[in-house]
Amino acid sequence: MSSFTPHTRDEVESMLGFMGLTSIEQLYDTIPVALQLRRALDLPEALSEVEVIDELAAYGKKNRNSTTDLICFAGGGSYDHDIATVTSTLGLRGEFVTAYTPYQPEVAQGVLQAIFEFQTMISRISGLAITNASLYDGGSALVEAINLACAKTRKGKVVLSEAVNPNWRGVAATFAEGPEHEIVTAKVDRDGRTIWPKVDSNVAAYVVGYPNYLGFIEDISAVRKLASDSGALLIVAYDPIAISLLKSPGELGADIAIAEGQPLGIPLSYGGPYLGLFSVTMDLVRLLPGRLVGETVDTKNRTSYVTTLRAREQDIRREKASSNVCTNQTLMAVWAAIQMSWWGKEGFYEVGRSSLSSRVYLENRLIEEGLIDQRSSAPRFREFPVRFAKNASEVVEAMFEEGFLAGVALEGSNAISNFEGSLLIALTERRTRSQIDSYVKSLKEVAK
Amino acid sequence: MSTLKEAPGGRASSSPLMGGEVEPTIFEFSHSGRRTGTIRNSRVEQVDPKDFLPVEFLRSEKVDLPEVSERDLVAHFMRLTHRQYAVDLGSYPLGSCTMKYNPKLADAVASNANLSGVHPQTPPSGAQGWIELCVELERYLTEITGMAAATLAPAAGAQGELTGLLIMKAYHKDRGNHKTTILIPDSAHGTNPASVTLAGYKVVTVPSDERGLVDLEKLRALVNDEVAGIMLTNPNTVGLFEKDIAEIAKAIHDVDGLLYYDGANLNAIVGVARPGDMGFDIVHSNLHKTFATPHGGGGPGSGPVAVAERLTRFLPGPYPVVVDGVGSWITPEKSIGRVHSFYGNAVVYARALAFMKALGAEGLKEMSEVAVLNANYLKAKIADYYPAAYDETCMHEFVVTVAGLKKNYGVRALDVAKTLLDRGYHAPTVYFPLIVEEALMIEPTETESKATLDCLAEILIDIAIEATNEESSEALKHGPNRTPVSRVDEARAARVLVTTMDAKG
Repeated sequence: MSSFTPHTRDEVESMLGFMGLTSIEQLYDTIPVALQLRRALDLPEALSEVEVIDELAAYGKKNRNSTTDLICFAGGGSYDHDIATVTSTLGLRGEFVTAYTPYQPEVAQGVLQAIFEFQTMISRISGLAITNASLYDGGSALVEAINLACAKTRKGKVVLSEAVNPNWRGVAATFAEGPEHEIVTAKVDRDGRTIWPKVDSNVAAYVVGYPNYLGFIEDISAVRKLASDSGALLIVAYDPIAISLLKSPGELGADIAIAEGQPLGIPLSYGGPYLGLFSVTMDLVRLLPGRLVGETVDTKNRTSYVTTLRAREQDIRREKASSNVCTNQTLMAVWAAIQMSWWGKEGFYEVGRSSLSSRVYLENRLIEEGLIDQRSSAPRFREFPVRFAKNASEVVEAMFEEGFLAGVALEGSNAISNFEGSLLIALTERRTRSQIDSYVKSLKEVAK
Repeated sequence: MSTLKEAPGGRASSSPLMGGEVEPTIFEFSHSGRRTGTIRNSRVEQVDPKDFLPVEFLRSEKVDLPEVSERDLVAHFMRLTHRQYAVDLGSYPLGSCTMKYNPKLADAVASNANLSGVHPQTPPSGAQGWIELCVELERYLTEITGMAAATLAPAAGAQGELTGLLIMKAYHKDRGNHKTTILIPDSAHGTNPASVTLAGYKVVTVPSDERGLVDLEKLRALVNDEVAGIMLTNPNTVGLFEKDIAEIAKAIHDVDGLLYYDGANLNAIVGVARPGDMGFDIVHSNLHKTFATPHGGGGPGSGPVAVAERLTRFLPGPYPVVVDGVGSWITPEKSIGRVHSFYGNAVVYARALAFMKALGAEGLKEMSEVAVLNANYLKAKIADYYPAAYDETCMHEFVVTVAGLKKNYGVRALDVAKTLLDRGYHAPTVYFPLIVEEALMIEPTETESKATLDCLAEILIDIAIEATNEESSEALKHGPNRTPVSRVDEARAARVLVTTMDAKG
């Protein structure tokens, strides 16, 4: 027997004997012989723990990571922030890592309370009263927001700014095929602002980025008015770090606020597991997708937590449910709650201000070195597009050699109207002045 | 308490879930002006945000996050861990959830910076290791399921279901088929019908027969040209193998329908039988069940979807390939499109692949065999007190009914579950599947020892006996008592909705 199953041969025999059986194969007698595999799986034989770790490490050596190898100036939905030691230390505790969904609240208060605290922090950031226990990622949060808006308004058309993350738009288009929602993309102008269509009473929701994918802060009040005039909901896709300095989506009138929560203490992880953030106004709580933790009391009147408004969920509503979400990203929500607690009120502000300051510094340096002519007229936080003589993908490849992940090339599926071939550059508090200086120096060599 | 000689390694009754007081929230430890987080000094001059951001967008006050010391922060979250049950503490026989032990070697893999530190916008030339890893994991999954190719991208089982159904829809569209319905057994998981609706199809429910299996004749009567396909779990949710699967497959394929395999119960049959050989066309697996990646208190999961050869061109993009030793991400010819912001829950793939490599071909088969052995053994041990809902050899899980205890003594499945918590075991799944009255769905998994199962059986039998006595049965209805909180008022949570600190009156 392998080390994974604890049974000795004697024990297996005694267990079979208890059932009047002589072999394990007899337990599979209900599977018709014609359907049994009757050969060994064509897979390698077992390895020891250290060999497994070595084989996976060998794959790792063929990657360029942004933690210890490349210096990262890429964003585009994933940001290279510092992560506190307490976040990974506490976040890897077996009680958080190896628990199941909290279906038995009496022995799941740890996870439930952590989610309650997470919901509170995200509601304070989003400025909306209700936040769920998480969704898979930013893309799935967009899908659920669209489905919610269509269910609420009983309409099937959604207008999506082109300056919402192109990958998320791709995910939204894929899942719109099911309920056959119509998704219209509103292009952006040369300044990176969305060109919204006219008022349309057939529209269920308008979706705007805040800041948008290009890093620009758009006129949210205009699209809020458009949504209201159309009888539609306003969905704001925000960068949680930006809210350290900027007004919350809720304050700007969002009905639904969605985000990729990865910047809140989640490792880059080649794109997953990440953390879909999802907040709504109180009016929409009955249509909220995913799990929601609420406070209550136990039989001794002690404060307790439990998943609530369960009647919305798929296991109860079945085909009438407006979402099929079951498993979410709870562990990542716990990580984010710990990281946000560690940052605290001041630390969170400083992360935002440092990211902004480095963006300002880098832009100044690019101007000084003649790499760009002038600043964009559109306001921006920590991310911005730059057009070099060369296409961005060539710049990225060349900068690899210099030890940089230079940014995101706005080409192919990442292309945005008027910005095709530009390089999208992102700053975090992790970038230092000397890193920015050497980045500019290398850019000057490769980008001209 | 146990009369057994060997101590049961999976029983958590010594866990000091104690104290009885409520843990304050992190916000209640907060004190204005206190801080923990220290931010790197970037040596860049810090600007005043109002000089660089439009004033109409600037916040007037900082976001009200907690202001706590690191010492208090660590103590708070550690105390929360002490109020949380987990596989790392003990047995978790939660039917349909496959709560097996999660080997620690995967933690070492997951924290390797060369894997966890790769930015998803890194071009393929800097992510060759990740692409190769994805391709190798796909190879393991297609061999185990008997399929041609797989997308790893869906982030959980439910997203895998919807992805699979959209592949089904794309297939029918491509063939010019007019299809409107999907068949689902009445014993199915709730995600199945919810996914069907989101895929734009109508659910047609197929009744189970007295064997606990799909009623083949009734199924045949429901099959017509409108049927796009069927979603099945095999073994099914009562833990039985659908032995008529070949006939079911023929009936569905005869109308050019497709068979979708919900991999929730794949843990029973790895290396023994393959969905592809049974006639399934689309198969999702849950890496967080069968392949031992941790559940994280409710996620992250990972729900790869494998398909038959004729469906590979519909797979989502980006899809990883290695050609002449060079890895890249491609989009299949008639791809349904993207299903994840990036490439799925990548670090979960690394964990699952590590697990599969550690077990190897033989170990993976033995994993399933022992899961089935454990389930049948426990079922037999408690049979005199907990009648199985169906009298048949089960696979990796089984369903018993306590309808008798409820009728005669007023003790419900919920009471049995709550009492188990008091005695050092996590509860089984209760009230599912819906077709069994007062159901307890028990899945011991392969990592629990004979001693752990013997002790669990003894405790379950004690509970059944206590239920027959008026005084002790009353106590069963009011447990648990030794857990951090006693039964919680779920109705109140819904009636007086408090989901954040700021909603407290």
